[in-house]
Amino acid sequence: MSTPIDAPGRGGRGLARARLLWQGLGAVAALWAAASFTFLVQTLMPGDRAMLLINMAAGNLTNPSPEEIAAVNARYGFDDPVLVQYLRYLGNLLRGDLGVSFQQHQPVLAMIGEQIGPTLTLAFSALVTAWVIAVALTLACTAREHPLSRAASALQVALATIPPYWIGTILLVAFAVELRWFPVEGQHSLAGLVLPTLSLALPLAGYLGQVLQDEFARVLEQPFVTSARMRGMGDLGVRLRHVLRHAVLPGVTLSGWALGKLLSGAVLIEAVFARQGLGGLLVAATSARDVPLVTGIVLTSAAVYVVTNLLVDHAYRLIDPRIRLS
Amino acid sequence: MNTPTLTLPAPGARRPHPLTALAASVPGSVGLAGAVLLFFLVAALWPQALQTHDPLQMDLAAVLQAPSAAHLFGTDQTGRDTYSRLIEGTRQSLGIGLGATALSLGLALLLGVTAGLGGRVADAVISRVLDVLFAFPTLFLALLFVTVFGVSVATLIVAVGVGTAPGYARMIRGQVLAVRGAGYVEAARALGHAPARIVRQHILPNAIRPLVVMLTLGVGQSIVWASGLAFLGLGVAPPSPEWGALLDAGRSYVTRAWWLEVMPGLAIVAFALSVTVIGRHLQDRLEGKVGRP
Amino acid sequence: MTAARDALPAAPADILLRVDNLTVSFGQGPAVVRGVSFSLAPGRCLAIVGESGSGKSVTARALVGLAGPRASVQADGLAFGGEDLRRFADRDWRRLRGKHVGFVLQDALVSLDPLRAVGDEIGEGLRLHGEAGSRAQRQARVVELLERVRVPEPAVKARQLPHELSGGQRQRALIAAALALDPQVLIADEPTTALDVTVQAQVLELLEETRARGKALIIISHDLAVVSRVADEILVMRHGEVLERGSPAEIFGAPRHPYTRRLLDAVPSAHSRGTRLAPASAPRWAAPTGSPAAPSGLTPPVLSARHLVKRFRGPDGVARTVVRDVSFDLQAGETLGIVGESGSGKSTVARIALALETPDSGAVTLHGQPWSAVTERERRPRRRGISVIYQDPLSSFDPRWTVERLVEDSLGPDPADRAQRSARVSELLDLVGLPAAFRHRRPIELSGGQRQRVAIARAIAPEPRVIVCDEPVSALDVSIQAQVLDLLGDLKAQLGVSYLFISHDLGVVHHLSDRVLVMNQGEVVESGAVDEVFLTPRAPYTQRLVAAVPRLHRAG
Repeated sequence: MSTPIDAPGRGGRGLARARLLWQGLGAVAALWAAASFTFLVQTLMPGDRAMLLINMAAGNLTNPSPEEIAAVNARYGFDDPVLVQYLRYLGNLLRGDLGVSFQQHQPVLAMIGEQIGPTLTLAFSALVTAWVIAVALTLACTAREHPLSRAASALQVALATIPPYWIGTILLVAFAVELRWFPVEGQHSLAGLVLPTLSLALPLAGYLGQVLQDEFARVLEQPFVTSARMRGMGDLGVRLRHVLRHAVLPGVTLSGWALGKLLSGAVLIEAVFARQGLGGLLVAATSARDVPLVTGIVLTSAAVYVVTNLLVDHAYRLIDPRIRLS
Repeated sequence: MNTPTLTLPAPGARRPHPLTALAASVPGSVGLAGAVLLFFLVAALWPQALQTHDPLQMDLAAVLQAPSAAHLFGTDQTGRDTYSRLIEGTRQSLGIGLGATALSLGLALLLGVTAGLGGRVADAVISRVLDVLFAFPTLFLALLFVTVFGVSVATLIVAVGVGTAPGYARMIRGQVLAVRGAGYVEAARALGHAPARIVRQHILPNAIRPLVVMLTLGVGQSIVWASGLAFLGLGVAPPSPEWGALLDAGRSYVTRAWWLEVMPGLAIVAFALSVTVIGRHLQDRLEGKVGRP
Repeated sequence: MTAARDALPAAPADILLRVDNLTVSFGQGPAVVRGVSFSLAPGRCLAIVGESGSGKSVTARALVGLAGPRASVQADGLAFGGEDLRRFADRDWRRLRGKHVGFVLQDALVSLDPLRAVGDEIGEGLRLHGEAGSRAQRQARVVELLERVRVPEPAVKARQLPHELSGGQRQRALIAAALALDPQVLIADEPTTALDVTVQAQVLELLEETRARGKALIIISHDLAVVSRVADEILVMRHGEVLERGSPAEIFGAPRHPYTRRLLDAVPSAHSRGTRLAPASAPRWAAPTGSPAAPSGLTPPVLSARHLVKRFRGPDGVARTVVRDVSFDLQAGETLGIVGESGSGKSTVARIALALETPDSGAVTLHGQPWSAVTERERRPRRRGISVIYQDPLSSFDPRWTVERLVEDSLGPDPADRAQRSARVSELLDLVGLPAAFRHRRPIELSGGQRQRVAIARAIAPEPRVIVCDEPVSALDVSIQAQVLDLLGDLKAQLGVSYLFISHDLGVVHHLSDRVLVMNQGEVVESGAVDEVFLTPRAPYTQRLVAAVPRLHRAG
């Protein structure tokens, strides 16, 4: 006797397509909001932008004439009303034009394109490494009884708190400088990727590990795990075939957010290991107050984040079919 | 986890003194963390008590010396004692951390409570705003601020504060919404209590419970972020003894004098860890008392 | 079937499971199970009955080596088919579980992996023990098993997830999983709890069939009526010990131990109307017995509902009508029961009566004045006239508050004087039977029954005329349930309140109510005086419902 509540939804495919569309729109809206936000922050810039540009080009404080200022204003459109500037900004974005760097006078998009590769490589390899470490730690510790798992917990808390640049420095000093196992500056080699990836991955592994471990312990107590045992399943089987799938769910959601943290960390790690990438570009641009370049990089990172989260959301639905049907 | 169990004394038995009971229920690791924190507090308020040398005194005969009995954390390129400089910089570092955290939590409270209590429109708008802010990695957002407003201590505080606020705002919003939907809120409604009374008596106190924990954990994180910015050369400038500035100064000496880079980092890590341990213990206590039957 | 029940105990050679003086303890604490002995033969059903904390579940789990991580299990004898279970290592247990002993847990929704197809769960046992060869063969066997437990469209259902099946189908699939390897013994731990009455009956039928096919059955339950139907031998446990054992006829007809007698007396039903369920030592004052006074039809009803309709939009966007054209009147001083299975809409009706939901159409009046149609601001001062008792009181208490604060909070604006308010709180606590020492405790430190008393104190504090009780005793042990039902009856006699009593338990409703509404899928299927509706039901649904309720056949 099935009650009305239990009738399974067969709206299925049409619903999935509608949701995809909705999510796509949401992503676009988020990007637009991000662009507007960065524009807003730009307009809040104290002081006169034209003056800033002239001083930057000259290299020191100067006293430009009104004609020079007017020329700069006309060139960059600083004199136009805010709304016009805003619409022009959005229009440029839609065309893929992120502006021109104040400092380098090159198109921002091109500059980002050159440098984004190494950063994304670093971030994603760190994500994968973090997952591997976290899952391995979790599986190893719940197989035993308490003392080891408590030590692992403490280790994870510590790792999650320690800033990646410090771990990076320690690793650099210990393994590259002193022991010479890895190159101090390895731009394009796989060996050169090891220490930076590890520095980024360890703090995230600490955080991810905690979440995984908590969830693992919780799911292990659930009745359906006992049911599996009652069919004759052993400890390892229960963990691999039942618990793991449940335990990784919160971790999957976390991974979307984690990418943001990884990008932040990548900037620092690239500084520690003197690697090429977006980080160096961003820091130099910030020191020089190169607004278009900074804005461009920030927007790009926001775009990467939004796209990654869309993917993560889909991955979650694949693993947890309960969401698929509701 | 070290959750202290709540045992109820039999009625009529004499209750132990609350402080004794408290001390007995605190695990060793938390005690250690507390001691470390106390050390830093003293360093911030009364640095002279803990310093071994005058932080400003240069000694060109003892340049770039490794850690030893004479100089606990070694010396820098002008012979100044690293340890003493660290102690000296504690006040400024903690100040920045506290300032940024206060700003962060203030913003988070404002946004989170408004979103949680304000009705569907307010919630939708604020949630979208938070989603957008979340899309920016914290450091990138902070750097955007520094670009626009220039490098200074004030910018540093604002950058870190605004950068870390969205995460806390989301947590607070979630908490407020959860409490709003709780059974006891509905029960209060069924009793005929006015909404203002329910917010005052039930929603706010229960929703803000985790705030203390957030504050503790937040200070640690703020200092980490602020020093991160300084490490990149965008924070407090050397020759300030502020921890981040020391990190920045030490960067060029990493291969020659690793202690100039590692020791300030050690101070930051020690502070962040002890604050995290205490914060998590507070969280356990909160949940242990208020948790499920 | 009757022949098997009255047969003599099987000869020793046939005994499958022998348990002799089983003791289980955890760590340094006292033994949770003490000196339990029984034997089990094929085709026989043993029922272990007890309230929470009796040790019945631990006993069952000890039989398959899953008593718990820190359990120490000792026995003079613990043998299955000749093998000594006391010597079993982990590998031996895994060989036993599933293949020789099948175990069914309660509540299939959480006992089946929510992320795996039902068929996979059932087939898992086959795979673990190396049976039924290839994957295709396993799948065929799974479909066969589902057919045997009469799950419709077995091939389709096998590929679905647990939450896509109905409650009854899920539970049957869980039983199929336990029977997959054709074990000689099937242990069922609370197999019918949390199920609707009609579904319960189907599951019990299935268990009976299993027994008829020659399997030995052990059923753990807190519900005496449920086991009375299937069991050959009943063990009554309390605090880890077996207090009494015998056939159903012996236990129900001539119980020897006072606890057993108390347990039987505590079960509410048609026969217990007007009597106290708990021993006379429980209440704190003398209260009148006999049937509750029939209300006069001359005074206007205190609560009145007309043509209530409520629709909800599910997460998939589809609107469901949860309440369809429900009307009723609650007279002063009467108890109106609303009975139905899950999904019947009875809880929603309760919420509409409390004005915590607004009906999409229809109206509710309280004391003759419009109730659902006015604004919340107009309703607020009148809310003191109607209060509520929930099934789970803990979630309705602010976790930081003490008992005293909780009761004091619901007193309302007067008395304004603090001393008077404190005195009134004492009075109320006394009225519900809570000792004064409990004032300063938090509800989380109290037992389920004590919490419900606090909830009752809070409900009567504003001196309402109507109390809506939404499954107030469903989560309580039978003996505690009896005390709370007695308390509700006493309060009604003393304070003259009317109850709107929602429950899925027909026995409880029959015991307490004057009139009853039977709801099914949002509609009122039948209504009338409780004896009439339950003893001579007219609507087919009511007839099915009443027939499905397991009955305790007591002599005299």
